[in-house]
Amino acid sequence: MSNSKFSRRGVLKTGMVASAGLAVPQYLRADAHAGFTNAPSDSEVILGFNVPQTGPYADEGADELRAYELAVEHLNGGGDGGMLSTFSSKVLDGTGILGREVKYVTGDTQTKSDAARASARSMIEKDGAIMITGGSSSGVAVAVQALCQEAGIIFMAGLTHSNDTTGKDKRANGFRHFFNSYMSGAALAPILAAQYGTDRKAYHLTADYNWGYTTQEAIQSSTEAMGWETVNTVLTPLTQTDFSSYIAPVLNSGADVLVLNHYGGNMVNSLTNAVQFGLRQAEANGKQFEIVVPLYSELMARGAGQNIAGILGSQNWDWKLENQLGDRYSGTNAFVRSFGEKFGFPPSQAAHTCYVQTLLYADAVTRAGSFNPCAVVEALEGFEFDGLGNGPTLYRAEDHQCFKDVVVVRGKENPENEFDLVEIVEVTPVAQVTYAPDHPQFAGGALGSCNPGA
Amino acid sequence: MLGLEKKDFRLLLIVIGLTMFAPFILNPFPEGSEMAQFNAGYPDLMQRFVIFGIFAIGFNILFGLTGYLSFGHAAFLGVGSYAAVWMFKLLSMNVLPAIILSVIIAGLFSLIIGFISLRRSGIYFSILTLAFAQMSFALAYSVLTPITGGETGLQLALDDPRILGVSQTESGNIPVPALFGLEMRSSYELELGAWLFTFNAGYYLAAFFMILSFYLAIRIFRSPFGMMLRAIKSNQTRMSYTGLNAKPYTLAAFVISGMYAGLAGGLMASMDPLAGAERMQWTASGEVVLMTILGGAGTLIGPVLGAGMIKYFENIFSKINETILHGWFAFLPDGLENFVVALIYPFIGKGWHLTLGIVFMLVVIFLPGGLVQGGQKIMGLFRRKKPEPTKPNATEPAE
Repeated sequence: MSNSKFSRRGVLKTGMVASAGLAVPQYLRADAHAGFTNAPSDSEVILGFNVPQTGPYADEGADELRAYELAVEHLNGGGDGGMLSTFSSKVLDGTGILGREVKYVTGDTQTKSDAARASARSMIEKDGAIMITGGSSSGVAVAVQALCQEAGIIFMAGLTHSNDTTGKDKRANGFRHFFNSYMSGAALAPILAAQYGTDRKAYHLTADYNWGYTTQEAIQSSTEAMGWETVNTVLTPLTQTDFSSYIAPVLNSGADVLVLNHYGGNMVNSLTNAVQFGLRQAEANGKQFEIVVPLYSELMARGAGQNIAGILGSQNWDWKLENQLGDRYSGTNAFVRSFGEKFGFPPSQAAHTCYVQTLLYADAVTRAGSFNPCAVVEALEGFEFDGLGNGPTLYRAEDHQCFKDVVVVRGKENPENEFDLVEIVEVTPVAQVTYAPDHPQFAGGALGSCNPGA
Repeated sequence: MLGLEKKDFRLLLIVIGLTMFAPFILNPFPEGSEMAQFNAGYPDLMQRFVIFGIFAIGFNILFGLTGYLSFGHAAFLGVGSYAAVWMFKLLSMNVLPAIILSVIIAGLFSLIIGFISLRRSGIYFSILTLAFAQMSFALAYSVLTPITGGETGLQLALDDPRILGVSQTESGNIPVPALFGLEMRSSYELELGAWLFTFNAGYYLAAFFMILSFYLAIRIFRSPFGMMLRAIKSNQTRMSYTGLNAKPYTLAAFVISGMYAGLAGGLMASMDPLAGAERMQWTASGEVVLMTILGGAGTLIGPVLGAGMIKYFENIFSKINETILHGWFAFLPDGLENFVVALIYPFIGKGWHLTLGIVFMLVVIFLPGGLVQGGQKIMGLFRRKKPEPTKPNATEPAE
């Protein structure tokens, strides 16, 4: 029992004295300021994994999270080390990053830029994360990248395919390993020409948002450069689930190729509709009618089931790369093995890019000898590496985009199991997908300079 | 005092106290302890608490008083945000002009939508507002991409033609929003033993606006105008028989609450200079309805509590992952540990929606008056006397 009586004046007085007294040590505290935001302690370093756990890309988010878990395990010396043994840079030795144990926090982006930024801010402000990574949509990637630039944190993008991420919305603190719309177009075009001829007429259905626009632009310009003609381009609302009214006019439009610039659920639905309308059996202009899906993913392929058989598209990476195309893609098998042993199935390309991004960050910090974002940016810019599954790769200094081979795939006619839905048609070498930093599709916007924060 | 009754003044003082000492109240657990997971006293979340508090207070002026259920209020929040970011891009990084413009634009926007929607009442009104909001969302997401930035949202760039102020700082970065030089992001950190308290400039600015909005809301609730709005809620037909035209009143309430939403949107953009189209989606409009009902529609403090609760769930519960759970139950034998984790896991992390849904159901079923009614019941228990019969201003279930 307490028998003290609180008077207003008493409380105020005590409060004032107490807070004044407590504030003093704040000023006297020898400031352990390292000159950048969230400098880690001597024993541990915290990374922030910001992935969609709810919403349309929750499956991809779950796979990304598995990859991050694996990456942290390998960095801390657990498991079989995965790609650490094949990575061309050998500074990572399984003792964490710069001798600090790697810890992580997770958050839910909900595939909304607002929620993603809230989640990233809480990681930075509350948990003291030194690096943020993840995401499965370009809108989110661009939003979080801008936030990290402002806060002075490194952002290692997850799955983001829009040109804008390293184009008009690029930032000095942000890095992308995944490929982009332009690369998809450049990689697909020669193969489309070889498979379907150079006198095709294309009809585009495009998801009505940023990624859709850049993808359509990329595919259109690279196919037109080979002699294709674009008959029509139609925008479809992102929330559309039934595409029959958009598919119906296609056959009578004079086109003989349908390009579906859709992703996720949109792509599953539009492709299913197109196949139901008999487009795959149809003939137009005396040629077999074809469908193309610029950006493929295993998870989408699973959703579309039988309908993806024989349809061409591009991927950043595939788990069968090393088995089918040999040593150039070393690292792939090492990663697939440790992922498979831990989770029981092969990783998706989203998982791969996230795993690689984490390793690349850890490596850059170690090579730089500092967690300071500016030192990390310097270490990553112009960094050439190999052994992470994509063959020789360059992190270009001008726009922080990775340049590597692009995989062109086709839906299997007779898949053996649910993880083996696509077959690799060809790999387009990096030289063919490289573009100048000031390419018109990437124009407007500047990298700025790195921001180490407080 | 301040034109308020004693009881209302006390409530205002409580709200002021809560907001001023929020950095302490929300950080009850020492840094680095297991329970630090549940601390909410970091700038971003504190800002969200008060900003969504403003949004909910405004919504409550319309819904709680007139009973008109708007399902499109997020549109005004979004419009406010876009206005504020454009102000940052074109005029200056000072937050004041941005906030003022966002309130004005949201007011005009709500005047137009309100004028059309208020021709109907009940469910038709709700559907009309929903339709307008979804339309705004769709426009912002795709058609108006040059103005709104589309999917990626409207952001600042290094080459913005800022009339007052620089396009980029000396170090080559985008300047941050500030109030006459005081950066919204800047914080003062106070270390007390194991505890760490953060006092953020942006939070206190938002809190100041929330207190102001709260005070205004009390004045509206207690004014003859507020009485008129209540009359509309209880029996609009009778009101028109007495020769009163209800429409100017409802329209005024609609515009006021739209301006509140615009203020919230402008503040949001000031704390974090980005405006995304998702802010206008129907789920965002639904969220403010949930906040108001969860806290107690028609009560003064209820919506603020509801807003805080939902934002707490969204930001704290969603971040508890499996590893953390395993950490908590590590003391149990292996099999049991996995069992307990498997049992709890669906309700946290990505399952936070589920938990929130259950809480919402429980509140609506057992406490139709929202959290405020819960609070009154508990107070009643301690006073050892029956709760007083409901006064006109006390909680009433939403219609």
